[in-house]
Amino acid sequence: MGKITLTQVRKSFGETHVIPGIDLNIEHGEFVVFVGPSGCGKSTLLRLIAGLEDISGGKIEIDGHDATDLPPGKRGLAMVFQSYALYPHMTVKKNIAFPLKMAGVDETTIEAKVANAAKILNLSNYLERRPGQLSGGQRQRVAIGRAIVREPAAFLFDEPLSNLDAALRVTMRQEISELHQKLATTMIYVTHDQVEAMTMADKIVVLNAGRIEQVGAPLELYNHPQNLFVAGFIGSPKMNFITGAEAEKHGCTTLGVRPEHIEVSADGPWQGTIGLAEHLGSDTFLKVDVPGVGVLTVRGSGEMGLHHGNQVRLGPQAGKLYRFGSDGKAL
Amino acid sequence: MSTQSNRAAARLMVAPSVILLFIWMIVPLAMTLYFSFRLYRLLSPERTGWVGFANYTWFIKSPDFWLAIFNTLALVGGVLIITVVLGTLIALLIDQPVKGQGILRILVIAPFFVMPPVAASIWKNLFMHPQNGLFASVSRAFGADPILYLENHPMLSVIGIVSWEWLPFATLILLTAMQSLSSEQLEAAEMDGATPFARFRYIILPHLTRAITVVVLIETIFLLGIFGEIFTTTQGGPGSASTTLPYMIFKQAIAAKDIGRAAAGGIIAVILANIVAVFLMRGIGRNLDA
Repeated sequence: MGKITLTQVRKSFGETHVIPGIDLNIEHGEFVVFVGPSGCGKSTLLRLIAGLEDISGGKIEIDGHDATDLPPGKRGLAMVFQSYALYPHMTVKKNIAFPLKMAGVDETTIEAKVANAAKILNLSNYLERRPGQLSGGQRQRVAIGRAIVREPAAFLFDEPLSNLDAALRVTMRQEISELHQKLATTMIYVTHDQVEAMTMADKIVVLNAGRIEQVGAPLELYNHPQNLFVAGFIGSPKMNFITGAEAEKHGCTTLGVRPEHIEVSADGPWQGTIGLAEHLGSDTFLKVDVPGVGVLTVRGSGEMGLHHGNQVRLGPQAGKLYRFGSDGKAL
Repeated sequence: MSTQSNRAAARLMVAPSVILLFIWMIVPLAMTLYFSFRLYRLLSPERTGWVGFANYTWFIKSPDFWLAIFNTLALVGGVLIITVVLGTLIALLIDQPVKGQGILRILVIAPFFVMPPVAASIWKNLFMHPQNGLFASVSRAFGADPILYLENHPMLSVIGIVSWEWLPFATLILLTAMQSLSSEQLEAAEMDGATPFARFRYIILPHLTRAITVVVLIETIFLLGIFGEIFTTTQGGPGSASTTLPYMIFKQAIAAKDIGRAAAGGIIAVILANIVAVFLMRGIGRNLDA
């Protein structure tokens, strides 16, 4: 099982209230991603759940038991750190076996479990090596292996892919998703990368300044952002925000429209000059300066024969406009 | 980077210092070697000549010789064990976040700055003195007779004093090593359910092996030549109970004024130091490889 419930969890470092109070339910088997800009408290929240930081107030329940005051080792959670935190003087085998050894499991069971974890993670050929002799991706897998053998109630990942290069990151992202399918264990994953969040999560928790801005499935957040912060954070490139007279025409303070929902068409309401055109082959990104509206980012599919200095007319797709009130909330 | 010509230039540039260092080393060694085969007594300068190995045989057959060797090794071994074990424990303690940490660390390091004869005098007169010493007062407070440290336990006393001097060095090196351990590793071990003792045994201690090796090697170099502390406190006595090899050489050179025998002792000390060095490098030297 792996159901985690946070009730009014608070964390302060002296006078700084990093997390002013969070309520969150994580169901068994869910892949939950905490996402937010750096310094939003997402790693702190993960460390509170892990027990590596003491909470200043509130309650953490794991599988219905109060875990607020339990030490990290007794919570039945396993964590994969950003730096992997492998033990450099132990072989891969001993690294993976360490939590079992600490739990006093007998040798034959350890052997079997390590062999099994190594098979799942394709590490069988590296068991006698030291972490220093492994590549980044392999180290990552050893760290995951060390977590798997404990058969934890939930896995905690603290930005595990940020030390890998771009290509490896995509591979590891898929491997972690597949692992989740295979093990069907609760996973909590912290990242600042919204692409990772969108691709992996069952449920995304968007955090900002220690507060939860919105909780929901990836596409729910994309289609129905509850406020400006979530609207701006989810989606790449960022949503365009239009203020002033153009927004008032639609009866709101801020008008949001995603780059992929703006079309280049002869009868569009906005006329502007292209400042920058990025041709990626599959997509074309345009930065268009529209007088009275501002600079709009436009995502066109395929190749578009447009360049710096061209005049274009733009129009938003019908029904794809997001309207926000003066308090930043969606209308 | 390293082409043929700039490697040659590099050799040329370091040559003066290498040559100077070599002369610095080889001249005293050659002179000692030369004197060790000569009859050379300051009290009877008219008698000279080659004596073969007589100086060496005298030294080795001398009743104090094996005791001196044993004392030297006991001093080195005893101080090493005390400083490494206590140093690790103290480093663990002062690595904890406490108020006044800076001052605390300076206090811990302070004994290292006291020169050996001064340190030994302090211990001899303020702590171990049977009438005025602090230890004597403590003994009397408990109704016991003061222990005559320097008379009844001379070697243990010297080991204690030298350990006190070298403890800060070990603590300092081990503390910096401890601080270079990534906190994520300790947290990972905590998540893995390791008790504080297990974290020390499986994470911190293996991380410290290199630093401990450095402490052992450096301390051994200096401890083999400990002299000032013995000279100030026990004068190698009572009898020869606390005579070490360096002190025995000193007695030959300065008390007996026999330069030939002292030189032979010096060469024996060099050989002993090399034997110790070989054992050390065989035993723990591989810890230094990356």
